Amino acid sequence: MSIKHPENAAKFVANDERMHWHDKALWFVREKRDKASKSIPEWEQLREYADQIKTHTMSNLDTYLLEFEENATKRGITVHWAKDAQEHNEIVHKLLSANKVTKLVKSKSMLTEECHLNPYLESRGIQVVDTDLGERIVQLRDEPPSHIVLPAIHLKKSDVSDTFHEHLGTQKGNDDPTYLTRAARASLREDFLTAQAGLTGVNFAIAETGGVVVCTNEGNADMGASVPPLHIASMGIEKIIPRLEDLSVFTRLLARSATGQPITSYTSHFHGPIEGGQMHIVIVDNKRTPFLQSESYKKALNCIRCGACMNTCPIYRRSGGHSYEYVIPGPIGSTLSTFRAPKKHKTLSFACTLCGSCTNVCPVKIDLDSQLYTHRQDLREKNIISNQKRLGMQAAVWLMTKPALFNFVGKVARKIVPKLPKGMIYNKFNVWGKQRDLPNMPEKSFKDLYKEGLKDD
Amino acid sequence: MTSKEQILQNIRTNNVVKNTPLPDYSNFGLTFEDRFEKFTTMLESVGGKALIIKKEELDKTIKEIYPDEKVISTNVDICGLGNFDSNKEDDPHNLKDIDLAVVKGEFAVAENGAVWLKNKENRHRSLYFIAQNIVLVVNKNSLLNNMHEAYDLISFEKSTYGVFVSGPSKTADIEQSLVIGAHGPKSGYIIFVE
Ligand code: SF4
Repeated sequence: MSIKHPENAAKFVANDERMHWHDKALWFVREKRDKASKSIPEWEQLREYADQIKTHTMSNLDTYLLEFEENATKRGITVHWAKDAQEHNEIVHKLLSANKVTKLVKSKSMLTEECHLNPYLESRGIQVVDTDLGERIVQLRDEPPSHIVLPAIHLKKSDVSDTFHEHLGTQKGNDDPTYLTRAARASLREDFLTAQAGLTGVNFAIAETGGVVVCTNEGNADMGASVPPLHIASMGIEKIIPRLEDLSVFTRLLARSATGQPITSYTSHFHGPIEGGQMHIVIVDNKRTPFLQSESYKKALNCIRCGACMNTCPIYRRSGGHSYEYVIPGPIGSTLSTFRAPKKHKTLSFACTLCGSCTNVCPVKIDLDSQLYTHRQDLREKNIISNQKRLGMQAAVWLMTKPALFNFVGKVARKIVPKLPKGMIYNKFNVWGKQRDLPNMPEKSFKDLYKEGLKDD
Repeated sequence: MTSKEQILQNIRTNNVVKNTPLPDYSNFGLTFEDRFEKFTTMLESVGGKALIIKKEELDKTIKEIYPDEKVISTNVDICGLGNFDSNKEDDPHNLKDIDLAVVKGEFAVAENGAVWLKNKENRHRSLYFIAQNIVLVVNKNSLLNNMHEAYDLISFEKSTYGVFVSGPSKTADIEQSLVIGAHGPKSGYIIFVE
């Protein structure tokens, strides 16, 4: 079964008001990111460093994972290895049942979403409570998160009010964010105090010290990891960084890129269990290693999950995270998912205007737009994309290799298109035309304008 | 083959990523003429507040900010307001009724308004999160410029936990409206003492 981004996006776009609201909300976050990055004169150098650290790590990943395991073990942390989602879930479940856990408080972790940990544990009788407010909201609504940093960005406060009224008994129609947050706080505090285990994700794992770093604004990871006696941290193999000092680069880049904050409220460095407790770390591959063998897509593994590429993406902002039907939406999600399962996610690399904005904001300099462009060729080569799309691409390539013809066609189009009846331009083959009009045709071609420009100089 | 061996083997087979050297951060990172001013602006932008006071004024200052808080736990030796010794508790759950925690911060970072907490003498790390309100007390001379300077001072040789705290806990998950006080403390002050 393959997912259909255009159809899903069409549903999202059908509610015009909400689409514009969503677009604006994310652009607001993008602008905050710009302001934050501009306040650091050495921003570009930081991105360069981040890229270098990640690249260095990926080329020596085996060494650093082993160093990490050794140092973590010395600290009394138990390290587990899971080759796939199934094994990850089994390890977590085993730990929970060995400790007679009936309630688990979880702080946001995209990896556990990827592994579908919640339904796995719930079907085995363990109550799982997502404790990040946004995650809690979507969990109560039985929806996946629609953004990796802002899981409930697609919802209005009236939606949250209805959800909380139904599940937490808040006043009907009261949609004051402070009121709603307080209600969630009270209910989740109860959960923190009654759960027997806490699970967190990992933002960074430090080979040199054998500890992990988790960044949150709400303090939920810390409540979950410091009150119950058992702390489990789930991490992808790519979360490793070599030295403690390298954290200076990432803690400066992460929150500024994500929300424009100078740093998250809490940047917690877990280097062992609480007194009398246990700490376990599960290192997960789950189809990550093949990226290391791909010249075109290897950099996708460097992602630090800041979400900046989705906040800036004109397609994401107008189609919503759920339209991607993948645990990670937006530009990075499109490239990760297409590499992992090209047939299933064949539409996603086309959900891209190639504007390059994602690549420009990415704090670790992942070449997102080129990856999406390359995916299109790969899909075509593998004969995965639809005939209609393939013919279109073929025709374009054919035309572009014939400069004289290309000029001629352009000239004719500039004359003819404005005179065509609407039905010929906005038909079912032009999905783009559904929400927008074609701009007026220019009088001169780009080539002519370019030549004129040269003369002016 | 164990999963560990298999993962390592997958990493080693045809890894096309080329090695690059790691960066060196000496003399890197922006610095500020007035670190306190920068710190205050950054902290206020995320819902926290900073003050500079004389050592002797600590108790009085805290009392003024928090006149009504009853259960107070502190590990700052110059603070005389503590009436709940969290180190005496065996179970971190017992810290749940603390109204105010007054905690020692090791140093602060001007560029982002964060304070580094790593108290060896504090038995329960939950203290920083479970208390309803928090005051971090930092020596005025321990105000750094940036995170590179900060990580120069950090080590985990003898400790299992440390955290950068910047402002009280907060969330903007409901329509991007900032609400101060999510799971952790609902308000936070940083007091620099000279
Ligand atoms: S690809 Fe880059 S911009 Fe996108 S989430 Fe990852 S690190 Fe952030």
